[in-house]
Amino acid sequence: MSVRDYLDRLTGTGRADTDAGAPGDGAAGTDLGIVVGLMLAVYVVFVAIGVVLGYDTNGIVNALSQVTFLTAVYALVVLALNLHWGYTGLFNIGVAGFMAVGTYTMAMATAAPDARVPGLGLPIWAGIALGMAAAAVIGLVAALPALRLRADYLAIVTIALAEIIRLTYLSSAVQTFTVFGTQLGTGGGSGIGIEADPDTVVVEFLASVPGLNVLFDAFGSVLSGMGVQQSVINNWYYAFVLLVVVVAYYWLLQRIGHSPFGRVLKSIREDEDVARALGKNTRLFKIKSFMVGCSLMGLAGILWFGSYGFINPNTFLPQVTFFVWIALIIGGAGSNTGGVVGAAMFAAVLFELPRYLASIAGDTGGLPSAPPTFARAVGALFDLEPLAFVAYGIDNIGPLRLVLVGVVLIVLMQRRPEGLLGHRKETAASIGLSRPNRSRETTDATAATDGGEEQ
Amino acid sequence: MSSDTAGSGSAAGDEPTAESDASGADTDAEAPASATGRDDDAGVTATGREADEVGAHIDGTPALAVKNLRKTFGGITAVDGTSFAVEAGKMTGLIGPNGAGKSTTFNLITGFNRPDSGQVLLNGDDITGKQPYEIADRGLVRTFQIARELEEMTVLENMMLGPQHQSGESLWRAVTPGVRSSVKRDEEKVLERVWEMLDFFDIAHLAEEYAGNLSGGQRKLLELARALMTDPDILLLDEPFAGVNPSLENRLLEHVHELREQGYTFLLVEHDIDLIMENCSRVLVLHQGKLLADGEPAEIKADERVIEAYLGGEVE
Amino acid sequence: MGIADNYSRGRRLLVERPGQALAAVVGVLLVLALFADLAAKLGSGALGVGDVVLLAWRGVVNGLVIGLAGVGLSMTYSILNFANFAHGDYITGGAFVGWAVAWLVAGLGEYDIGSLLSLGLGADVYAPQLGTSIFGAPLALLLGLVAAGVGAIAIALLIDKLVYEPMRGQDGIALLIASIGVAFILRYLIVFVWGTSVTSVADEAGGLRPTVGGVTFSFGYHELTLVVCAVVLMVGVHVLLQRTKLGKAMRAMSDNQDLARVTGIPTERVIKWTWIIGAGLAGVAGYLLILEAGTIAYSRGWILLLLIFAAVILGGIGSVYGAIFGGLVIGLADSMSIIWIPSDFTKAAAFALMILILLFRPSGLFAGRTTA
Ligand SMILES: Nc1ncnc2c1ncn2[C@@H]1O[C@H](COP(=O)(O)OP(=O)(O)O)[C@@H](O)[C@H]1O
Ligand SMILES: [Mg+2]
Repeated sequence: MSVRDYLDRLTGTGRADTDAGAPGDGAAGTDLGIVVGLMLAVYVVFVAIGVVLGYDTNGIVNALSQVTFLTAVYALVVLALNLHWGYTGLFNIGVAGFMAVGTYTMAMATAAPDARVPGLGLPIWAGIALGMAAAAVIGLVAALPALRLRADYLAIVTIALAEIIRLTYLSSAVQTFTVFGTQLGTGGGSGIGIEADPDTVVVEFLASVPGLNVLFDAFGSVLSGMGVQQSVINNWYYAFVLLVVVVAYYWLLQRIGHSPFGRVLKSIREDEDVARALGKNTRLFKIKSFMVGCSLMGLAGILWFGSYGFINPNTFLPQVTFFVWIALIIGGAGSNTGGVVGAAMFAAVLFELPRYLASIAGDTGGLPSAPPTFARAVGALFDLEPLAFVAYGIDNIGPLRLVLVGVVLIVLMQRRPEGLLGHRKETAASIGLSRPNRSRETTDATAATDGGEEQ
Repeated sequence: MSSDTAGSGSAAGDEPTAESDASGADTDAEAPASATGRDDDAGVTATGREADEVGAHIDGTPALAVKNLRKTFGGITAVDGTSFAVEAGKMTGLIGPNGAGKSTTFNLITGFNRPDSGQVLLNGDDITGKQPYEIADRGLVRTFQIARELEEMTVLENMMLGPQHQSGESLWRAVTPGVRSSVKRDEEKVLERVWEMLDFFDIAHLAEEYAGNLSGGQRKLLELARALMTDPDILLLDEPFAGVNPSLENRLLEHVHELREQGYTFLLVEHDIDLIMENCSRVLVLHQGKLLADGEPAEIKADERVIEAYLGGEVE
Repeated sequence: MGIADNYSRGRRLLVERPGQALAAVVGVLLVLALFADLAAKLGSGALGVGDVVLLAWRGVVNGLVIGLAGVGLSMTYSILNFANFAHGDYITGGAFVGWAVAWLVAGLGEYDIGSLLSLGLGADVYAPQLGTSIFGAPLALLLGLVAAGVGAIAIALLIDKLVYEPMRGQDGIALLIASIGVAFILRYLIVFVWGTSVTSVADEAGGLRPTVGGVTFSFGYHELTLVVCAVVLMVGVHVLLQRTKLGKAMRAMSDNQDLARVTGIPTERVIKWTWIIGAGLAGVAGYLLILEAGTIAYSRGWILLLLIFAAVILGGIGSVYGAIFGGLVIGLADSMSIIWIPSDFTKAAAFALMILILLFRPSGLFAGRTTA
């Protein structure tokens, strides 16, 4: 597989770098190269396919913005999950639940008091802060009793908790309710609109900043000159903002990972008893790690589903959690760069590419109309009309794509459980750990008298 | 109590049990009437006292004492009313046939298991039922029978983990711009000690290696070195020489002696009786959870029951 | 085991685990309070005896499905050492295969084979036309039942060969993650073939409506069929595990895999049989569930999965009887809790119960009692 070779090569050089420079700072150049290179490769593939098959510019640019958006939002959640699983070894498969808490809290806080589903009418920033806090608090509630469980039990507890959360939001009992005389609501099964839709708010805000707005306008006019619609251009603006947030997440999590705090997390992942024997209060470390990860998941939920302007409980099905997990495993748990790469591979290659291909194939025509059922499609095969079967496949690319996701996950677990990027040496320390110059002299002295008594 | 996190290989039998989670109310049901642990052991009484006088702290408190310690697992009584004391600055050996309860005793002392009854005193303070991290914090640090290195961490990372209360273990310090530079400065100090320690143990050439790639003996060295990084007063070593080749064993022993001269206190579990006899100033013999004998090596060697128990243990 | 024994056990529990003892007391009190409340509701006429019996009956029916499917999950969890997140999709897979066969047999010669196998997806055949009830097409339904079991077994064995066998040495977490991949593959292959719509596949069969003391009860014939089949299969599993060498080998393996291998138990064969029994029961459970519910959909098993996990954990992982008992408890709790809490929360309540068990008694309610 050429992509893998490419990644291998990049990692090979990355590894050499890590040993030399300060981890997290020194290797950053190569890691950035991996991510940017991968994204460019994805863009090239999408553009090439679009051009070859005669797709229009607007469609291609739209697909690229979609890919960028999905890569970014997946990267956010994957990075947060990597703190739980990759660093601390906490098997959390309730990701969707924590995203739901963050997003719902934000939606309820920002909804107008007189909306269909009444809210507090707070500004978006307050809503985001509350959403993150709520996700962290629910994380704490889960963490206090559950973090001492075996990994597989923790998995079952977290997925059950996520379902309890979803079913609660689904319940008509809390569709609207009153606390301290204030009307609030979740909207129950019919969902809740997001007044302060992050993509509109953020893009409007950016457009109002002097300097930035010039930049955005220039970018916009270039695209619209190419025949790209305004809505697609707006999607791009938001995608840019999300990429900035990804960088912020990455920066934060690299700092956490490359620190004594991150070192304790890593030791908990490897063998919690050892960490305890060395005097670490592992419970506290796990709780902190869990809460931080949950609040980051909450924010990711807000930026992702919040930007759709409307959420309902089924936005947060366990599916979502599994997608995020698969992205993390593709990139390789334990590495933040791997997480971003996994997000891009999952969102772009596994998720968007098949859909893109199918929609192009559908648009460009040349295929017979798809048979209504699988049985008919098989029948068409017997009638020597394979194109009808293909048309059925294209019509049903949604489920086929998820079958592919399952296959990829299994193959990875069998062949490359450490992820596409392979094993990455990411030293958990805030400084490079090569021998400090001062002590080198004393060693030389010791080495000289070696064999006798040391020191 | 968790243990399986990343799903690394499990050590059967070392599974911590749920009991250790119960809150602190239920320990110390019965206060021990006689806490010397030598009442069933007339043969060594005299020398036992002598040893006490020699090794006692300045204020007369032993560095570590356990009183009437008891622990059962289901129907098995692993530790059965054991009492003994460990003198400061000395190397004390704990021997006994397989299954005698040595590792369980260690687990009880270091908080990994909670005793059914009895007390653990560290420098005279009751530490029974405290969490392992609290006990390590007070300067009592243990190693494990099966070397438990952090496989996917390098030797350097393993070592850097040791020191307690590092400023960067606080989350906000680790991430906040500005404050982080002080974290880095502290890390540099730790790093210097790490390299000194690696040199002391002659494993500096392995510094960049993953701990999982080390040989059995190297792991034992790393584990001891890592334990020393916590700056302990007392070290409890559970079979530190098991699986170590003779030349490495000698080196490890040298290190231990050297450290003892520097003032560290050691309690050593070991299978190899001869090794214990040669290197410890005092030997405790555990048999079926009970303290069978407690004295100087010479006396232990002469003790009929020890010979009997040991031969019985070795034969099966 | 005498009273004294039980008594001293209880006392030890009180001394050693005051938290657990307290939780047990609170649990018992809660159940008593619920029954007291139920009695009050019955007394005040807010609730009729018929309603309660109906809820309990529904609980038993669902509980048997959960328990039947739970046996397999419990067995694979303890013998192969991983939580199989694809188990729900074995249930769905078996159900689709079984119903496709039932339709094929019921409508063969009269309708297009493709339409029959598609379960009427093309809107060209309907269940009432085929008369797919136990009275309308008993033979077809029986063959469908067998096909559901065999189909699920075939799926499970194929997947074991392709997915799990190459991963035998890996830890439970790796297998768990792989099973999520399997779940995706199965579920969306089913969608690819049968779509996402909820289709009606079983015809109405009516039921018994006895009147006792002025209260009319209702027991559907398909519900009764389910209950009879489930009980027969459970007894069959019991006999199989108690009377055969296979059962002994399975118990040995769930206790200690390495020891079992050393003592010469053919572990691979035991694993195959574990899949055969577990998947077979899962497929049949799925088929019966659809028979009773009338409609089929691709996510049927997946939705049930967490409840099955709850049952298995409640009964203690590895225990066959525990799974059956847990299934009944979860089924009854899910259906009867509606008496006390809003219907939106009955499922959440079952999940919460499972979380509490995992937190406070992870070895299940009958910990320490070895069963199959
Ligand atoms: N966690 C445990 N659960 C059940 N039994 C245990 C546990 N730990 C130790 N034991 C039992 O306690 C006894 C003493 O074991 P141990 O302390 O490991 O002996 P030693 O270290 O002297 O070889 C053995 O019979 C052992 O099987
Ligand atoms: Mg031992």
